[in-house]
Amino acid sequence: MCAQVGDAAIEIEDLHVVRGGRSVLDDISLHVASGCVTGLLGPSGCGKSTLMRAIVGVQIVESGRVTVLGDQAGSPELRRRVGYVTQAPSVYGDLSVSENLRYFAAIVGVGRERISQVIETVRLGGHEHQVVGSLSGGECSRVSLATALLGDPELLVLDEPTVGLDPVLRAELWGTFHELAAAGSTLLVSSHVMDEASECDELLLMREGELLEQTTPERLRARTGEHDLGRAFLAVIEQATATA
Amino acid sequence: MSARVTLATARRVLWQIRRDPRTLALLLAVPIVLLTLMYFVYENRPHTFQAIGAPMCGLFPFIIMFLITSIAMLRERTNGTLERLMSLPIAKGDLLAGYGIAFGLLAAVQAVVVCFVGFIALGLNAPHGAWLLGLLAVGNAVLGMALGLFVSAFARTEFQAVQFMPAIIYPQLLLCGLFIARSEMAAPLYSVSRALPLTYAFDALARATSPRPLGSGMAVDVCVIFGSTLVALALGALTLRRRTP
Repeated sequence: MCAQVGDAAIEIEDLHVVRGGRSVLDDISLHVASGCVTGLLGPSGCGKSTLMRAIVGVQIVESGRVTVLGDQAGSPELRRRVGYVTQAPSVYGDLSVSENLRYFAAIVGVGRERISQVIETVRLGGHEHQVVGSLSGGECSRVSLATALLGDPELLVLDEPTVGLDPVLRAELWGTFHELAAAGSTLLVSSHVMDEASECDELLLMREGELLEQTTPERLRARTGEHDLGRAFLAVIEQATATA
Repeated sequence: MSARVTLATARRVLWQIRRDPRTLALLLAVPIVLLTLMYFVYENRPHTFQAIGAPMCGLFPFIIMFLITSIAMLRERTNGTLERLMSLPIAKGDLLAGYGIAFGLLAAVQAVVVCFVGFIALGLNAPHGAWLLGLLAVGNAVLGMALGLFVSAFARTEFQAVQFMPAIIYPQLLLCGLFIARSEMAAPLYSVSRALPLTYAFDALARATSPRPLGSGMAVDVCVIFGSTLVALALGALTLRRRTP
């Protein structure tokens, strides 16, 4: 299932993040195994994006330690090794697909061949000269994903990458994610759609700034007796509220 | 910092302008129209036109690049591209220098076009050489760009960014000596004008377009323009944060 390669890709200890006066992440501790596709799941507003930003190193943290690929999160050496895709596509809407990719390729130091490869990977062949602003929402997200893939990063942090995609495209993308993991990359993918949990090797379940459980789809099903992972998650929440 | 990334950034900014032909047209047409308007307004006073119109050729780039940069930088912040860049191996200096090169080039093109119209069609003179005026135009553009970049950090929306121009540029225009000689201003206003970068930019342009010798004041002006640009860039770099709330 999971091509475990050595130490954990991400280790977080007692992470506490405050945004706008509100505690968004409450002393979270977890680890993400390398070579796996780990799903970060939870309802909207539970802190998934904030956690990802802390991992990528663009989040101001109150306290706690985040170690990524053996280095402190946000350190300059990691910028080449970690690929980050934000929830809203962060690419230049007034440039074409290929212009966007050429710019980001120059930053990470890769050539035209790699650009063609990533366009192939995200199935955007034929759209190279289209202005990103004129693309559909799904195509736009794929450009955003493509830019993160350029540097062939060891860790890919993807914030809701399949939002707005049709089932066919969604299945293709998950296929790509599994291929990347098989080739040795680590993926952390967030979603608030519980169906996608079944695609992941490992699961991190979050709610209201806390980590409820670190598990796998099989263990979750076995534990709660539910086959539907959405219902299984609800069962976990109920148990957590009951014991609280 | 890396030359490859800086140049890639400059290239990207120019691509964005290239795909916006209206902005390009406005950049070139508006100063020409304004200069021509001034020519007709001062039709019977060619000396006044020379005193005001010639330096304006070098002030247009300052004003326009301030506006364009503040909005371009604000867009980077609001679109999320700045956050993405801050998580990539690009130095803040690369971003600033990239914008500086791109807008500097645009300013040079604008200066050439405006000076061409001013000197050939409208009869303006450049006693110390049109090249000096062009150089000052580019220097002013970079100063305008640096100020625009710094100021964009304080705007959350394009409404606010646009209003920084009247707030920051107009008072400087009023006090720099363009409308009335600084020696004729009230003492407090004169003191304030000494602290504003545009005063020195205008003074340099006035010296470059007057038949009198340049004088040592020119060196002071150039130093202040250069120094203010560096300060504004340093402050601007501070507003580019790797980590944000």
